[in-house]
Amino acid sequence: MIDGRRQRRLWRRVAQLIAGFLGANALVVAWLSVCGAQPLVADLSRHLVAITTGFTGAEVVLFGATDGAGDVAVVVTGPRSGVTVRRKNRVAGIWVNTLGLHFDPVPAFYAVATSKPLETFVNPSVLERHQIGLEHLRLEPVEPVARDKAVEFRDALIRNMQRQKLYGSSLGQVAFLGDKLFRTSLLFPANVPTGLYTVGVFLITNGNVVSAQTTPLAVSKIGVSDEIFEFSQRQPLLYGVLAVIGAVFAGWLAGTLLRKS
Amino acid sequence: MQVYLPIAEISVNALLLLAMGGAVGFLSGLFGVGGGFLLTPFLIMIGVPPAVAVGTQANQLVAASISGVLAHWRRGNVDVRMGLVMLVGGSAGSALGVALFNLLQRLGQIDLVISLLYVGLLGFVGLSMLVESVSALLLPHRAATRHKLHQHSWLHGLPFKMRFHRSRLYISALLPGAVGFFGGILVAVMGIGGGFILVPAMIYLVGMPTALVAGTSLFQIIFTTAATTVMQAATNHTVDVMLAFLLLTGGVVGAQLGTRIMERLRGETMRALLALLVVMVAAKLAVDLVSPPLDRFSIELTQIR
Repeated sequence: MIDGRRQRRLWRRVAQLIAGFLGANALVVAWLSVCGAQPLVADLSRHLVAITTGFTGAEVVLFGATDGAGDVAVVVTGPRSGVTVRRKNRVAGIWVNTLGLHFDPVPAFYAVATSKPLETFVNPSVLERHQIGLEHLRLEPVEPVARDKAVEFRDALIRNMQRQKLYGSSLGQVAFLGDKLFRTSLLFPANVPTGLYTVGVFLITNGNVVSAQTTPLAVSKIGVSDEIFEFSQRQPLLYGVLAVIGAVFAGWLAGTLLRKS
Repeated sequence: MQVYLPIAEISVNALLLLAMGGAVGFLSGLFGVGGGFLLTPFLIMIGVPPAVAVGTQANQLVAASISGVLAHWRRGNVDVRMGLVMLVGGSAGSALGVALFNLLQRLGQIDLVISLLYVGLLGFVGLSMLVESVSALLLPHRAATRHKLHQHSWLHGLPFKMRFHRSRLYISALLPGAVGFFGGILVAVMGIGGGFILVPAMIYLVGMPTALVAGTSLFQIIFTTAATTVMQAATNHTVDVMLAFLLLTGGVVGAQLGTRIMERLRGETMRALLALLVVMVAAKLAVDLVSPPLDRFSIELTQIR
């Protein structure tokens, strides 16, 4: 019974995956039919980063082709949520959180790869519009605050994310193979947040974005870890009771077994 | 060997967790304390979110205390009546504690309160135990006459007197009830069994025979930790069974070893060792509180689920 259910889940996932893949391709096709030409095509080696029990991080290869000269920038953005940034101050000799600012939305993951250092080939206004590069990522506090304070907390937010390896601290490289083909590896650390990611690929000529493509990438728990997580969310009380029963049994088992040895 | 924790949502080294669980279980068997006061800071250090560390600890402690209490039970070292009275207070305490935990987390002060509680409680308990046990070790003849049969104080004037045959005590039920209540708060707020508070409180405040203290406190801790696990899972979704399983696998083995070593050690030696450990942890946390942090800023994901 359980095997059957698991199998059905697996198939549903595969179906979702294929649907996502086809959707991405459909986007490309739609783009092509609008433009007539084929300025930029890109795809990922896979559209699902599966977090299994032994997950230690993952590498996804992005490859693509351009129809002419230009530079490529790749932006990976994770699912967005709210984040509270807190600042410690010294109160009576002890460091205490005294000030908190909410930022929303904040991508849980952000990384950029380019074929050249960004500033050398793109207008700052273009970077701003497409949010390419950490300093151009739009992060605003929810409450209105003084400009310098907002900047200070924004920098702290990015610094903390970088420390957790969730924001790309240095720009990765997009390598051109010849004039038209390019590729880059997107690296996801072991603590990568789950959710739907978007991978934006921009073709930039003469400082302007001439073509862009967005590809979805799912980061999802698979197998045992997924089942446990789903169960804990859907049946929290039962989950808690079972956790206790499991612990009681384990404790009793150990107590009884080790006594005889 | 890396293992992905489904609720904590991080990947950690399974062997590290097993070893840590074992070390903590060993202490639990040896001293009758849960060892949570070591495990919680450790889990937070390796990147487990504080809320998940606290919730999971409660689950892990259920197994550790059961395996510990079995050993004490066989030797008749559990005062069930006393344990039940403490449990009444403990249940109320842990319900209050879970609510307190939520409030503090919203205010962003949970880490500070946990640290302050650790420093204050561990420092006080550790130092007084250290002084007491070292002086008992150095002057063994005085230790023998230390226990008077009747030490009357205002505590003995409290109402609701009950007779505890196993402990040979006739005291107010409020006394063990209050000790249990305080322990219950600690379970929920700090993710610890509270043994390091309960054990000395039961010896010095309630006046129980030392031999019964470890078993009785473990007996009581089983129920408060079980209740806390269910409450944390139901309200905060912060119990990670994968993490708990790894910790308790190491923990139950360690606990059995600890119980065996305990039988070969003198009570004073044991208490001195525990006191030393407790003082060291408190000192480390105190230094952390006053020394400038690496980054004055910290971030916290606002739950989206």
